[in-house]
Amino acid sequence: MSLEVLAVDDSRTMRDLIAHTLRGAGMTPHLAEDGQHGLEVLEGLQPDAIITDINMPRLDGFGFIEALRADPRWRGLPILVLTTESAPELKQRARAAGATGWIVKPFDAEKLVKALQMVAG
Amino acid sequence: MMEMRASFFVECEELLEALQDGLATLEAGEEDNETVNVVFRAVHSIKGGAGAFALHDLVRFAHRFETMLDELRSGVLSVEPGLVRLSFSCADVLADLVRAARDGTEPPFERIDQTMEALDEMIAGEGEEEVTSADFQPVGLSFDFDLGGDAGGAGDSAPPVGHVITFRPAAALYASGNEPRFILKALAALGPVRVKVLTDDLPTLDSLEPEASLIAWRVHLDADVSEAAVREVFEFVEGLCDLVIERPGDAGDAAAPGTTPALPGTHPVTKATWGLPPAPVPTASAAPAPQPTRPAASGPAASGRPAEPAPPARASAAEKSADKSADKGGDKGASAAVEAKGTIRVDIDRIDRLVNLVGELVINQAMLAESVQDAGLTGHPNVESGLNEFMQLTRDIQESVMLIRAQPIKSLFQRMGRIVREASSMVGKEVHLRTEGEATEVDKTVIERLADPLTHMIRNAVDHGIERPDGRIASGKSRTGEIRLTAMHRSGRVLIEVSDDGAGINRPKVLAKAIERGLIDADAQLTDSDIDNLLFLPGFSTADTVSDLSGRGVGMDVVRSSIQALGGRVTIQSEPGKGTNFSISLPLTLAVLDGMVVRVAGQTLVVPLSVIEETMSLTSEGLASLGSESQVLRVRQGVVPLYDLGVELNYRDPLDTYVGRIALLVTLEDGRSVAIAVDKIEDQRQVVIKGLHSSYGRIPGIAAATILGNGQIALILDIGDLVSRARGVTRLRDTLSLAG
Repeated sequence: MSLEVLAVDDSRTMRDLIAHTLRGAGMTPHLAEDGQHGLEVLEGLQPDAIITDINMPRLDGFGFIEALRADPRWRGLPILVLTTESAPELKQRARAAGATGWIVKPFDAEKLVKALQMVAG
Repeated sequence: MMEMRASFFVECEELLEALQDGLATLEAGEEDNETVNVVFRAVHSIKGGAGAFALHDLVRFAHRFETMLDELRSGVLSVEPGLVRLSFSCADVLADLVRAARDGTEPPFERIDQTMEALDEMIAGEGEEEVTSADFQPVGLSFDFDLGGDAGGAGDSAPPVGHVITFRPAAALYASGNEPRFILKALAALGPVRVKVLTDDLPTLDSLEPEASLIAWRVHLDADVSEAAVREVFEFVEGLCDLVIERPGDAGDAAAPGTTPALPGTHPVTKATWGLPPAPVPTASAAPAPQPTRPAASGPAASGRPAEPAPPARASAAEKSADKSADKGGDKGASAAVEAKGTIRVDIDRIDRLVNLVGELVINQAMLAESVQDAGLTGHPNVESGLNEFMQLTRDIQESVMLIRAQPIKSLFQRMGRIVREASSMVGKEVHLRTEGEATEVDKTVIERLADPLTHMIRNAVDHGIERPDGRIASGKSRTGEIRLTAMHRSGRVLIEVSDDGAGINRPKVLAKAIERGLIDADAQLTDSDIDNLLFLPGFSTADTVSDLSGRGVGMDVVRSSIQALGGRVTIQSEPGKGTNFSISLPLTLAVLDGMVVRVAGQTLVVPLSVIEETMSLTSEGLASLGSESQVLRVRQGVVPLYDLGVELNYRDPLDTYVGRIALLVTLEDGRSVAIAVDKIEDQRQVVIKGLHSSYGRIPGIAAATILGNGQIALILDIGDLVSRARGVTRLRDTLSLAG
């Protein structure tokens, strides 16, 4: 069964890379440009996991995760943060918001797929 | 992968543009948090993408730049002129690095180092933060990174194989979306496992708390993997569970000190630093940190070969506005994004194919019109109106297609901002660039090929036009000079103006120079405008003002010829003490051209309208002979040499008389006028340009070809080239005629 994953990142390059990687791993990617867009896209979806950036316009990663966790439908959904940030306090904030895991860029396809399999099967 | 790399560089250009915009806003003193955020994000996104493609130089610099912007964002630093200047510098360096990475060229290391130093000074107290590529290694989930042989417990001479893992999740683990089942699966992926469920804490049903975490697991992993590899599996749940990893010998020895599983939250073994990975094995800081080796093509990061230059990023007109929405592939998320913005990205080859086809359509329409006429159907009302509609539609389609290739000129103007900054600091002047009409759309190729001439003109304006600050003050002007760069559409062409508020052209000096160089006679009577136009003569250079800046061996003659090569014209106007204005007029597209269809010696040819000043019938009074073969034409006060197109193209021998023929008065790139004799002017119309280069290489005197309405192929002439060749043969005649 193919995993459905929503990837939220304001960088087109990053979205391209993630989508390419997920497809390569037999997963189905869905893409959004920022947290706000992510929430909109999510309306029509039942993803198995979410990957999100932190620094984004309109609604950033923290706000996005908080909004998801506040919604009973997404309470248990695995959410991976994929970002270049590695400051402990930011990670702590992400955890407090309800993130499942934190992956530091640079983008590593194998790493991403493994992490997804670890949180979403 | 290459495609993605190319797409990354396209995005970088957009981000650099956003960065410039943001910095300009900051410079104008209109900063707000969002502007700073936009600037930060632009740099941040470039860094992120660069990391993915292992562009280490770019990552390193972007990171340092980002650090400064972060301090700006957090209020440690504030917006002041020095910081804005440095930011512009950084943006320039960043652009250099991006382009160097894209083109596989060497970035300007010296400048990068200087800017890095300036950044270090700006970033208060952050100097000790040495950024190496190791910082960007996958420390978060470094599967390969920690698999070194010494990671599992150095010093053990013969450690027992395998691990016994006791895993007791806390309730928070579930709340964060983690799932023990998958963690156990990940452990199983490392080797054979035996899993035991620990139900000791399970209360009776009546005292069961549904939200509490009550179940634990003990896993015997029978594989020779390092402890680090095992810990990786628990990466995301560190601090959210009790985790004990032991060697099989110790397993079950529950009394061993410090390893007793305890109640959630009280166990001392795991630190509450969730998300922080086990410290990565330090790598030699000098060498780039090792990239994990992977099977070929296992993923994008693995197959990206940084040394290989990317193909030039393909861009299309639509792309500028496509901005955010452009995900390829048919997944729902992407198409939702596309719908939201209403734009798509298209490979430029496809557009060019469409442009070609529309060209065929234009030709076909003209041919049909001719056939209708030949068949004597012109008067038929239905045919007539149908044909008119067809003609109108063809024109509309053609214009719409050309519009696809059009891009705002903004990107080009932004590059000029940098030129002004660099040039003015080099010569110690204060110059501000003001741009207008940045949204004006121009053909993509025109924009690309305009960069060099425009750069030269801007440098010239800074170097020769704008005065030094003290000089400006002395003449009652503001200290800071201004260069204005404007673009607008005017009567089907694009008009670009470069004007400065400097001293204007020093005409006596220009005149003296031209005489000294033998470009004009000492007693020549020239109008002000004639003198200004001397700047465009090849070999004209006011050598005593040569500086680092404009003494590069490129003159205004080159500027003029590159603009003419685009089917454009450049004119100059200057007022002493007030400034100089260069005005460039360009066609909207390179795919069609306004041409004059002429006949010579039974041949049909097309002369680009842009070079023709005027046309006149030749009379015996206007013509004069010089020797047996040479003819000149009297035009107002002067005479210009007359060239017979038929002779120059070897269609015929010189005629006995040219009376009754037509002369096209043409201004050449060197500013001189010549007359071209033809037999007849047939028409003046738009023609579709069909390149000949790919089939025939460069043909002297011929620019391209076109197909006329009657299906006939006509050559489009390169008059400048034709005349300079003719001059080579007839230099003697030429000299004579001018002397007369």
